[in-house]
This record gives sequence, structure tokens and C-alpha cells, in this order.
Amino acid sequence: MHELSIANRLVEIALEVAENEGAEAIEGVTVRIGALSCVHNRALAFSFDLVTKDTPLEGAELRIIDVPVKVFCVACDREVELPGIQRFRCPLCDTPSGDIRQGRELEIESIEIRDADKATAEP
Amino acid sequence: MLEPRILEVRTKILKKNDELARSMREQFVDAGVLVVNLVSSPGTGKTTLLRETLSRFVQSGTRVAAIVGDLETDNDAQRLMQSGAPVRQIMTHGCCHLEADMVQEHLQGWTVEDLEFLFIENVGNLVCPTSWDLGESVRAALLSVTEGEDKPLKYPGLFNTSDVAVLTKVDLAEPCEFDREAALKNIQLVRPGMPVFETSAKTGHGVQQWIDHLQQKRSELIASGSVAT
Ligand SMILES: [Zn+2]
Repeated sequence: MHELSIANRLVEIALEVAENEGAEAIEGVTVRIGALSCVHNRALAFSFDLVTKDTPLEGAELRIIDVPVKVFCVACDREVELPGIQRFRCPLCDTPSGDIRQGRELEIESIEIRDADKATAEP
Repeated sequence: MLEPRILEVRTKILKKNDELARSMREQFVDAGVLVVNLVSSPGTGKTTLLRETLSRFVQSGTRVAAIVGDLETDNDAQRLMQSGAPVRQIMTHGCCHLEADMVQEHLQGWTVEDLEFLFIENVGNLVCPTSWDLGESVRAALLSVTEGEDKPLKYPGLFNTSDVAVLTKVDLAEPCEFDREAALKNIQLVRPGMPVFETSAKTGHGVQQWIDHLQQKRSELIASGSVAT
């Protein structure tokens, strides 16, 4: 299950970013997962829960944005979204295209942090 | 209590692996080494084809080496060593794919500049190796005729990140009632324009074409490297 390795890297990056920001807590992590990345959302969510145990990320919510595949169609001269990943042909004109413009993503989009409450003394 | 705030990160999750793989690839290209990452399901005959490939390279005086990823045993490494090429094994201890740092670690003590070709036999799995760049210049997806012609449709992600497809065990195509036309069509559906080599390590069919292709790729790599510098 390679999702475990991916979750580990994800947590490493999120913790580093949160620390640099001086965050007190991380409430959520949003990731973008391309349809071609071979990552199963459920396996990733399960792995995330597993590797965040006893870290500042424990209990943080993992939000997964599924990113569909887009290819460039030379016949239509535009990017087109594919309905699936088993047929790399333009859904409009049926021209084959391997010119992938989107769908391999494996990215952290954002994290939701709560800052340390230094403001309590202020009104 | 302060309200939570959203912090844009926009970072690749496998950034570290990608960066390491990129610097390894630069090193390989500078040294004129063509690195080939072989991916397939277990039982495609990947080791047998690689042994045959290594043997032919060794016989022609080509400097070649291999790194093999395996879950537990060193059987594959033992079989590959029969070719006469230097072989190292990466024990993944259950890990379902190789990562760039594992390859880097196992290259220690070898002088990369002395090689012309380096083969990396990935762990037998058609899903997990997809996202891990190992610094290779050629990723080859192997598919045996015994697996059926719809495999590319079941694992489009992997076929899609591969540069070339290699059909193996084509000597068994008839007994397996392998539908060659359908297989080729399916490969082109998930990866338009992908070159396909039809091989049998047993009869030797197509192995020379596969080797010629790799030689060609290495010439291109050296040409691109000398242009860049
Ligand atoms: Zn079109």
C-alpha cells in the first residue's frame, strides 16, 4: 500500500509548514489527487489517520480534491477533460491524445491552521 | 480563541523524491548511462527477460548493471547474476515500490561513469511504482501474454507514465488464446503512440529489437546531454 508512504510525506510537509508559521494546531489538510496518480482515496484517508496518531496532526481533517485528466486535442486545438482514464481520445472528436495537461497531481493544496493565541491580552 | 486560517501550500507531496530523482537523472545523463526502470505485475517474466537482455549486453562487451527490488528473497538477483553482469538487490521488506533514495543508496561503490546501461527491476506491482521517479530515462511497462489483453485498461496510470510497453512470453500467445490486436489497441487507447516490443526470452523473439531500441535511446541521451552542456 503505497498510500502509506504518500501519507508519511504529506504529514512531514504539513508539519514543517505549520511549524514555520508558528501554528498551534492543524485543523485540516487539503490535497489534490489526479486521476492518473494511482492513489485510492480511502486508502490515503486510512493511512493519514494512521500516521497522524500522536502528532500535532492527529484528528485533522483530510480533504481530497479529485482532479480529472485533461489532454490537449490538436484537432479541436483546446484542452479537453476526459470522462475516465481508460481512453485517451478526445471526447468531442475522438482524436487520440497523449498530451496530458492535468491528472497526475499529487499535491498539498493548503493546510488549515490555528495560530497560537498571542492576542488574549488585547481587546 | 483565534479562528483557523487557510494557508496555501501548493507543494508536491513527493517533492523530496522528485528532486532527488531529478539530480540522479542529471548525473546519469552526464555520465552517458541509460537507466531503464522495468515495471510489471509479478509473474510477467520480467526477471527472465532482463537476464536475457543483460546476457546479450555482456556478450557484446557493453558495460551494464542491474538493481533489483524484491520483497524478501534474493532469488531474482541470483538469477540475474548468471548473466555475468553486476547485480545488486534492494530488499524492500514489504514495501510495494522502489523510491529514489533506495536506488541511490544501492549505487554506492559503483562508478556510474563506468556504465552504459543500468536496469532497475522494480517490485512486481502495477500500481504502486507509478508515482515514484527513480531518475530513469526509460520506463518500460511489461505485460505478459498470459495476463490477458485488457491489462492496460486496468492499470492505465502505470501504462501512461511508461515510455515503452514490452509484451513478454509471446511464445505462449497461441496456447493462451492471446488477442494480440486487442492488446495493441488497448495500449494505444491508454497511451497513444507508445512503442511496443513483442518478446520471448525463451525463443529470443524480439529481444534484439528491444535491445536496439535501448541502444537508440542511449544515443539520443548522449546527443541531448552534449547539446545541453
Ligand atoms: Zn478533439
